[in-house]
Amino acid sequence: MAYVDAIVQGILLGGLYALFAAGLSLIFGVMRLVNIAHGDFIVLGAYLALITIQMTGLHPFLALIIVVPVMALAGYAIQRGLLNRTLGPNLLPPILVTFGLAVVIQNTLLMGFSTDTRRLAAGSIETASLSLGPISIGWLPLLTFVVAVVLIVGLEQVFYRTAIGRAFRATSDDAETARAMGINTRHVHALAMALSFAVIAIAGVFLAVRSNFDPFSGPARLIYGFEAVIIGGLGSLWGTLAGGVVLGVAQALGAQISPAFQILAGHIVFFVILAVRPRGLFPRMD
Amino acid sequence: MSKSALRVTLGLILVAVVFASAPAWAGRADLRLYGEFMSYLALAVLWNLLAGYAGLMSVGQQAFVGLGAYVLFIGVVTLGMSPLLTLPVAFVVTGIAAAFFALLLFRLEGAYFAIGTWVAAESVALVFAGIPSLGGGAGMSLPAAAVRGIADSREMREFVIYWLLCGLGIGTLAAAYALIRSKPGLALMALRDNPMAAMSVGVDIKRIRFWTYVLVAALTGVIGAVIFLQKLRVSPQAAFSLPDWTVAVIFIVVIGGIGRLEGAVVGTVVYFVLRELLKDYGVAYLIVLGIVAILVVTFSGGGLWGLVEKHLRWSLMPTHRKRDG
Amino acid sequence: MSADPILAVHDLSAGYGDFQALFGVNLALPERGLLGLVGANGAGKSTLFKAILGQLPRQREMVTFRGEPIGHLRTEAMLKRGIAVVPEGRRLFRSLSVEENLQMAAERGRKGDWTLDRVYALFPILAEKRSMPSQSLSGGQQQMVAIGRALMANPEVILFDEISLGLAPIVVNDVYAAMPSILGSGISAIVVEQDIERVRRMADHLVCLNEGRVVLSGPTGAFTKAQITTAYFGE
Repeated sequence: MAYVDAIVQGILLGGLYALFAAGLSLIFGVMRLVNIAHGDFIVLGAYLALITIQMTGLHPFLALIIVVPVMALAGYAIQRGLLNRTLGPNLLPPILVTFGLAVVIQNTLLMGFSTDTRRLAAGSIETASLSLGPISIGWLPLLTFVVAVVLIVGLEQVFYRTAIGRAFRATSDDAETARAMGINTRHVHALAMALSFAVIAIAGVFLAVRSNFDPFSGPARLIYGFEAVIIGGLGSLWGTLAGGVVLGVAQALGAQISPAFQILAGHIVFFVILAVRPRGLFPRMD
Repeated sequence: MSKSALRVTLGLILVAVVFASAPAWAGRADLRLYGEFMSYLALAVLWNLLAGYAGLMSVGQQAFVGLGAYVLFIGVVTLGMSPLLTLPVAFVVTGIAAAFFALLLFRLEGAYFAIGTWVAAESVALVFAGIPSLGGGAGMSLPAAAVRGIADSREMREFVIYWLLCGLGIGTLAAAYALIRSKPGLALMALRDNPMAAMSVGVDIKRIRFWTYVLVAALTGVIGAVIFLQKLRVSPQAAFSLPDWTVAVIFIVVIGGIGRLEGAVVGTVVYFVLRELLKDYGVAYLIVLGIVAILVVTFSGGGLWGLVEKHLRWSLMPTHRKRDG
Repeated sequence: MSADPILAVHDLSAGYGDFQALFGVNLALPERGLLGLVGANGAGKSTLFKAILGQLPRQREMVTFRGEPIGHLRTEAMLKRGIAVVPEGRRLFRSLSVEENLQMAAERGRKGDWTLDRVYALFPILAEKRSMPSQSLSGGQQQMVAIGRALMANPEVILFDEISLGLAPIVVNDVYAAMPSILGSGISAIVVEQDIERVRRMADHLVCLNEGRVVLSGPTGAFTKAQITTAYFGE
């Protein structure tokens, strides 16, 4: 029974990992850029929520009204002002620049907030749970999972049903021709990053409500998000959710064996998938 | 030997003599600093070969530093080997581990390869943290009796370790220089300048990348073993530290000039100068390094050495640009 | 030339990095005209299109539209100015359906008579395949999508780059059959084409490039086939 419980909790944990991964998957899809600072921006979002709550007294979920647009603007500015300059045939510059950003963010947060761990208080939802026979499901993990699913449905709609989604796909296919068709690809890239940062903001708040965080919590979030993307298959948002769930279940089962084994179990599943299905579980058909 | 090769060789010999004689004229603290400089120089030269030439952007080199360190400790403490004898073992073991990683990680492209190497390093660290006989997360120490095998006096031991680090720093630089001028080195240069063109003229990219990755890892393992021979204590956190063994090295190479041998030297000097200047301000030097690295990549891909090269060419032909413009 | 040219290139030099591919090229496309651009492989025809479109660096005065310099504009601004391209190799957006490809330029182009319905009337086969992935179409059908995509922006000028490339002769005829309707709607065109006979039949003006330089330029009727062939091979 403990294992059934672990699987259920793992699936729900996968929702959080899908939140970490969705923004990463999105910008890779649009501009083949991997943001090494992705996890650190998630943590930055969490600190931004912390400040917002301290200043306004808002509930963490209501603080999203402020954190999401601020982060989205920041994403637009970073892409337009910095990262667009690094996009080109050479793959190293964007990796190096986002790597530099990661270190700068971590250490700036360290100077501003010390190494103290923080958490956002969300009230009774943190501990409330729903009993299904012997298994109890926390409302917060369930809400996280539902938000992840809704977000992925929403992103799919944006990608496949809207004009900006068409521009995302066209730019991803062939940026030079997209420009000849009147698309300002620098603006499109910046919009994609803004969208990714909006998702990052949501991920940051859910991370901060569910667990402690400190200035160095980012890299682990990047790694979980990255593992979810690779396990699920590049370029597929639903695959990313599936990847998050596989990773969450692997970690939860690993923790059943020994608490010290939790993270390593996730890494092992990642390497096994890489060995037997290098394109992930649900690669995009093309 | 060509004229320029002769000049470089003489220069390296001169530098080697100056540094090797340091125990005669430098204090104990300075000697440690020079030793550390040499270890970073070696790590930077190696990472530059990997990322700057072979296009393998690894952020997981701490895996090999840590593996090398643990080979030393296991060899000495568990198997009773002499510390110096463990160095070739560290070379072989980390090389084999790298070959194994490569099988999986080479399936990932570009930035995903980068994060993959990171996950690999995290996994290795977790494995070592989970082995109780190696002290788990707390790590272990080298017994004094075992270290005495290197030399009897503490002072002499420190000299020997310092010379080892000098040998690794200057030796790696010299070896990289020789490699770049050799036939496989030409393939590496072609790979750096244009992977597609390199492939079309018959450079076996996969093979050359594999061997660069494995050899760089093996040497990184030896450096790790010597670094922790100096520290006398190892723990998973220290041995597999991303900030210490990879972040600093990446900044060094990027700021100095990625894909240029001189870049590693210039970058290491800049790194140590900045770190010493800002040592009273905590992590500020990391923030400064990060910002400088971002600016360098965005506005001058070739780093500081790239600027020097450009400037020299410009001043040798000062009217060239004006006439064209 | 009776009227002012709609699009003109003045003393244009351009290239890729250190490699210069065009040397002082001059060219004038009359309003409602069809200019045939010929030359051997590597003569600089595609490079000239790229330079006009701003995909390669060029200077403000080097390209004019109705006498106004536009050589400083970015590529994405050219479509709004009324210049569209049918690129070499079609370059459809592979993850977009046929209809999405057609809508791409329309959203950012100008308003006008060319609508989805009119493009489907010109190429009825595309209406049937409107929701198919663009890559599932035959080469000729893909070329029709590429032409339709340019038309949907309601441009005044279209640059056609080797629309017969890789197509069977009978399919080429099908594609070119649309040309009178396109020109009839008031659009001017520069057509890059390897088939000199077709250019002679179709174009009012002819420019021949050789190694990045204009070697022949004038009304098509002014040149014999032998003159064109000589210029083409640069003998």
